[in-house]
Amino acid sequence: MHLDEIYQEIILDHYKHPRHFGKIPDGQAMVDEENPTCGDHIKLNAAAADGVLRELVIECAGCAICTASSSMMAEKVIGRPVAEVRDLIARFNAMMRGGPELSDDELGDLAALKGVRKYPLRIKCCTMAWHGLDAALNQVKG
Amino acid sequence: MTNPLPFDAEAFRARFPILGQTVRDGKPLVYLDSAATTQKPVEVLDNQRDYYTTMNANVHRGIHRLAELATEHYENARVKVARFIGAPDPRSIVFTRGTTEAINLVAQSWGRANLKPGDTVVITAMEHHSNIVPWQLVAAATGAKLAHIPFTPEGELDLAAFDRLMQGPVKLVALTHMSNVLGTINPVESIIAAAHRTGALVLVDGAQSVPFMPIDVVAMDCDFLAFSGHKMMAPTGIGVLYAKPALLEAMPPFLGGGEMISKVTLEASTWAEIPHKFEAGTPNIAGTIGLGSAIDVYEAMDRAAARRHEEALTAYAMERLVEVDGLTIHGRAAHRGGAVSFSITGVHPHDIAHFVDQDGIAVRAGHMCAQPLIRQLGETALTRASLYFYNTRADIDALVASLLRVKRFFDRAP
Repeated sequence: MHLDEIYQEIILDHYKHPRHFGKIPDGQAMVDEENPTCGDHIKLNAAAADGVLRELVIECAGCAICTASSSMMAEKVIGRPVAEVRDLIARFNAMMRGGPELSDDELGDLAALKGVRKYPLRIKCCTMAWHGLDAALNQVKG
Repeated sequence: MTNPLPFDAEAFRARFPILGQTVRDGKPLVYLDSAATTQKPVEVLDNQRDYYTTMNANVHRGIHRLAELATEHYENARVKVARFIGAPDPRSIVFTRGTTEAINLVAQSWGRANLKPGDTVVITAMEHHSNIVPWQLVAAATGAKLAHIPFTPEGELDLAAFDRLMQGPVKLVALTHMSNVLGTINPVESIIAAAHRTGALVLVDGAQSVPFMPIDVVAMDCDFLAFSGHKMMAPTGIGVLYAKPALLEAMPPFLGGGEMISKVTLEASTWAEIPHKFEAGTPNIAGTIGLGSAIDVYEAMDRAAARRHEEALTAYAMERLVEVDGLTIHGRAAHRGGAVSFSITGVHPHDIAHFVDQDGIAVRAGHMCAQPLIRQLGETALTRASLYFYNTRADIDALVASLLRVKRFFDRAP
C-alpha cells in the first residue's frame, strides 16, 4: 500500500488533534455545509477586526483528509489580513484542481495535501473547508 | 434425501471479464460494491455487441427488417421480465430508466391522480432517497401527508408502529424489499396483506431484492414493483415498473411524446394501450434487450443454490468482519441479504474506502443515498461491502486483511 503518499504523519496528526476546532451549536454557524455525495459536514465561525482575520472556529465531521485540511487551514490563516486569506483560498483551490503549484515554503504543513491531487474523488474532501471559509469571509465585518 | 448441489461461484465468476483485471499497480480486483451496480457477464456483453451489429433500429415504427427484429427482441424482453417476476400479463411491465424513474412514474401519475389533502403515504425510515423524495414532491403538490415506519436497533421495521399508522387515512405504502444499507429483508407479504385490508395500495422497491431472490408478484400481491437492470447483470439505464394492469389502465400518462399516443391533433391526443402509454420517446432498446439477456443468465442458473451461496457468504462476512477491533456492523436483522454496512471507531469511512482501494478492493463509503437512515444510526457515513453471486470467501478474506491493516495504521498514528 502506498499509504504514505497521502496519509502522511502530519495529516494523521492534524486528524487526531485538530487545531482550532470547537463545538458550534446548531443554527449558530456562519457556514454550515454538508457534502451531499459523502456526508462530510463542516461548520465555521469567523471574526475579523481591522481587516485581519482574528478568530476561526471549525466543527468538522469528516474523513482524515477533510479534518486535516480544515485544521491546517485554520493554523495558516488566523492572524492574517482577510485580503491575503482570500488570495490564498483562491490559489489553494486552483492548485487542488490542477492549477499552478504553491511553494512548500508558503504551504508549510499544507504541502502534505498535494498528494491528494492524484485521487480526483478525494479533492473535494480537501477543498471543503476552504470553500466554507470563503463563504464565512463573505459575512465577516471589519 | 440428497443434498442440494453447491453453487460453483468460481465458474460463475469466470464469466465476468472485468473481475479478472488488476487495479492499483497489479492488485487483483476484489469487487464488493454490487449493491451499487453488478458487473456484466460475457453473455450480456456479447448480446449488446450482437444487437448493434445485427439489428439496431428504432422499435414499433419502421416496417423494414431491422425494425422488425429490434421490435421483436424488445417485446420479447418484456415477456421475459414478466415471466421472471411471475407476472401473468406482459402488459403489466413498463420499461423505465431504472428504479428511480419507476417510482417517480407512480408518484407523478398515480399519485397526482389519486392523492388529495388529508391522505397519507407511508414510507419507512430505511428507504433509499429514490423512495423518499418522489413522495415528498407529490405530497407537496397534492397536500397529502407523508408518514414513516421506524426501524428497531437491529434494523427491522417496527411493525407495531406500522399497524398504528394503518389506522389513519393511508392511500399507499411504499417500502423497500431489502435495505441497501442494513441488508434487512422486509416482510413485504404481511405488510401488503395488512395494507390491502385497509384499502391501501403497496409499492415495493425491489432494486436490491429482485437481483437475489426469486420474486412472484402474484403471490406477493404487490400493486407496484420497481427495480433496476444494472443491479442484476444488465446494462445501466434500463429499469422496470411492474403494476397491476387495471391500475396502469386507469393511470394518466407520465411523460408525453412519441410512442405513447394513439391519435394526436394539434388540440388534443389520445393514449396508446398499456404499457406503451408509459413509454414515451425512443426507449433504451439495447438496454432492454440486454436485460432480457441477463434474465436468460438467471434462468440458466440454479437460483436456489446461488441464493444459498450468497447467504452463506453473507454470514461468513459478518463473522469475519467483527475480527477487526472497533468494527460495528449496522443491521442485524434475522432475515437479511448481502449488503453489509459497518463503521470502525477512529477511522472515517472515506479513509477506509481509500485504504482498501489501494489493495484493489472496491467498497462503498458515504451515506448510500439513505441520509435519514444514517442519521438515525448516529453516523454521518458508513462503509458498505456488498456481495453478488460471483463473490467468494477469498474476497472477504482480502477485505478483512486490508481492514486489519487500516486499523493498525490509524491506531499507531501520532
